Amino acid sequence: MKIHRVRRTTALAAVASIASLSTLAACGSSDEPEADGKVTITVEGWRPGDEQATIDTVNKQAEAFMAENPDIVVEPVEWEWSAETFATQLAGDTLPTSFRVPFTDAKGLAERKQIADVTEYVEALPYFDEFNPSVLEATKGLDGQIYGLPTDVYGVGLHYNRELFEQAGLDPDSPPTNWDEVRTAADAIAEETGQPGYVQMTTNNTGGWMLTTLTYSLGGRMESEDGAEATVDNEQTAEGLQMLQDMRWSDDSMGRNTNFEWGTINEAFAAGKVGMYMSGSDIYNALVTTNQVKPDTYGLAALPLADSGEAGILGGGSVAAVSAKASAEEAEAAVKWNDYYRMARLYDEDAAVTDAKTLSEGDQPVGTPTLPTFDQAKWDEVQGWIEPYVNVPRDQMTSFTDGVFEQTLISEPPSRTQELYAILDSVVQKVLTDENADVDALLADADEQAQTLLDS
Amino acid sequence: MPHPAPTRRPSLNGRVRGSFATFVFLLPMLLVFGLFSWWPIVRSVIMSVQFTNLVTPAEFVGLDNFRAVLADPLLGTAVQNTLWFALLALLFGYPVPLLLAVVMSDVRRARGLFAMLAYLPVVIPPAVAVLLWRFFYDAEPTGVFNTILGWVGLGPVPWLESTTTAMPSLVLEATWAAAGGTVIIYLAALVSVPPDLYDAAEVDGAGILGKVWHVTLPHLRGIMLITLILQIIGTAQVFLEPYLFTDGGPDNSTLTVLLLVYRYAFQNTTGGDYGMATALSLMLAVALAILSLIYFRATRRWAQ
Repeated sequence: MKIHRVRRTTALAAVASIASLSTLAACGSSDEPEADGKVTITVEGWRPGDEQATIDTVNKQAEAFMAENPDIVVEPVEWEWSAETFATQLAGDTLPTSFRVPFTDAKGLAERKQIADVTEYVEALPYFDEFNPSVLEATKGLDGQIYGLPTDVYGVGLHYNRELFEQAGLDPDSPPTNWDEVRTAADAIAEETGQPGYVQMTTNNTGGWMLTTLTYSLGGRMESEDGAEATVDNEQTAEGLQMLQDMRWSDDSMGRNTNFEWGTINEAFAAGKVGMYMSGSDIYNALVTTNQVKPDTYGLAALPLADSGEAGILGGGSVAAVSAKASAEEAEAAVKWNDYYRMARLYDEDAAVTDAKTLSEGDQPVGTPTLPTFDQAKWDEVQGWIEPYVNVPRDQMTSFTDGVFEQTLISEPPSRTQELYAILDSVVQKVLTDENADVDALLADADEQAQTLLDS
Repeated sequence: MPHPAPTRRPSLNGRVRGSFATFVFLLPMLLVFGLFSWWPIVRSVIMSVQFTNLVTPAEFVGLDNFRAVLADPLLGTAVQNTLWFALLALLFGYPVPLLLAVVMSDVRRARGLFAMLAYLPVVIPPAVAVLLWRFFYDAEPTGVFNTILGWVGLGPVPWLESTTTAMPSLVLEATWAAAGGTVIIYLAALVSVPPDLYDAAEVDGAGILGKVWHVTLPHLRGIMLITLILQIIGTAQVFLEPYLFTDGGPDNSTLTVLLLVYRYAFQNTTGGDYGMATALSLMLAVALAILSLIYFRATRRWAQ
């Protein structure tokens, strides 16, 4: 009897073990081949936190694409670029087939073979020869191959809160045109409204990104053109940091909370807690879809540039890339989708109008300032096509749209960009949190670190 | 089936030990542990001598990753910051739960309520707690803590916005968040103190402090030694607070070893140095293992 019982428990336990094993095995399911000959791809659709209208609009466009391409099934998913989750998603097979990565990250990802070489599909596009060469360059790896389509080309602008401007007795229709005016306006806003007049990003590599922007606007550079030499310790960066130090500590016009990055500064701005800040010219889209900014309060000015031939605005953008794990068919389908969803509206009248119409019907922003992916003539043409659908307050952005084509567009530092930015993060943080920070010493030290980085 | 080898200590059920049934019952747990705990450990040891992008096959690079970690100027900063956090946590965080538990065990009514209140912070999801405290730590004079300090004419304190106050601010939140768990452990241990001893101490003329010193603390000694090493190991691995509060800033003043591991692996977008990340993790693990070993050797006599 006893033996019998032992046997029974053994059998039970064995069953339990096998059951748990099969559950574990189920975790690692593999891709099943498409039975009906269709290619299924998942694509970046919307950002976490986006409103339902954004999601609906993307889904609608996916359906229209599938109607035109019956062999392809497109599944838009929630996704946002984050260097921190990218590799894990790639390794764990949870990355969408196609997604956008910043210009600055594309080269590194291409070098590590984490995004797919799509040269043959991109070269086959009818407008391939018309790309703005410097924009196309951003999609290339060090091997000269193409790793995606360039999208969302922007120049940095100065975003400001018109409501705070008015409360501070400033004219919201004539935003600052040089850095001295920025400083005076910031001081007035802080004084009159109690809100920080000017805020700058500081963390997660955005501190370095924006310090570089400030440096460019004053005519300096962070690296030599070939990316071999660090030039962090330059007159203009020192001048920029000195200005930040004065605004933070003498004027007290930057507020006491300085921990900001791309998303949190947008949040603070939309909540009316930022007078002015620098970010990409297309930030209004995110401010509307993610942060529900009040359109009346938003203003966009051209970034003030120093009176120097070297001064310019930092430009960037995204590469619509394809996962390294995608099959050739999936990669081809992904480029097709990106051509349809992201590129066609930049060169084809029908596509541009349809896109603008769909967006405006879904209450999504149409007409946010971007920079040309092709040439300026094409860009102007597109602006004409979508004119009837423009629903963003363009008259509150004229300072930028009138001025930006006069400004020199400068690419981000060519070599080890994000790591350089990480070093610069510390410098900006130090200046904004330590009243007695020694700007010259900080820059000398950062320059040394950057040079070590570039040499390695 | 071979006869089970004789064992030194009697097992749960003497007879069953080593039998097939035991093994079968253990199997699910062994599998789960093996797959989700031990296998990742083995993999990270392997990865520490590899260069990998997690897609194409990894290549072996010997001790290069370890060399790169040791050459990183931020390693010294991270180690110093971690030690500073551990020390501050020890000064503030270690006595607080003990004090709370001793006081609570003396309360006759509503002890459960107090225990629950002390434990509540542990129940709040850590990320939520940090977001809440970020709000409290607003550096403007209008921030929650600064307003309170303002009532008594203090501050405003920059909290997370200064290289000197950032770390103590993290420790304060971490202590608040973790104390409840330790309080419960102490409370459980205090139950085992025979009440007669307190009566005897009282007869001998001991006051409250005397009772705590001569009766309570000696009884808690074993538990206290365990919670101490657990706290040291825990604080050496601090990640959540610096990551969510300050991202290591300002100026790397809250960059800890684990945050550096994280940066190597995930934030360093042009490197993606999983090898360096695992190498540093391994170094930390070995350091902690050695520390624990020394600790247990050194305290073996007191613990008994």
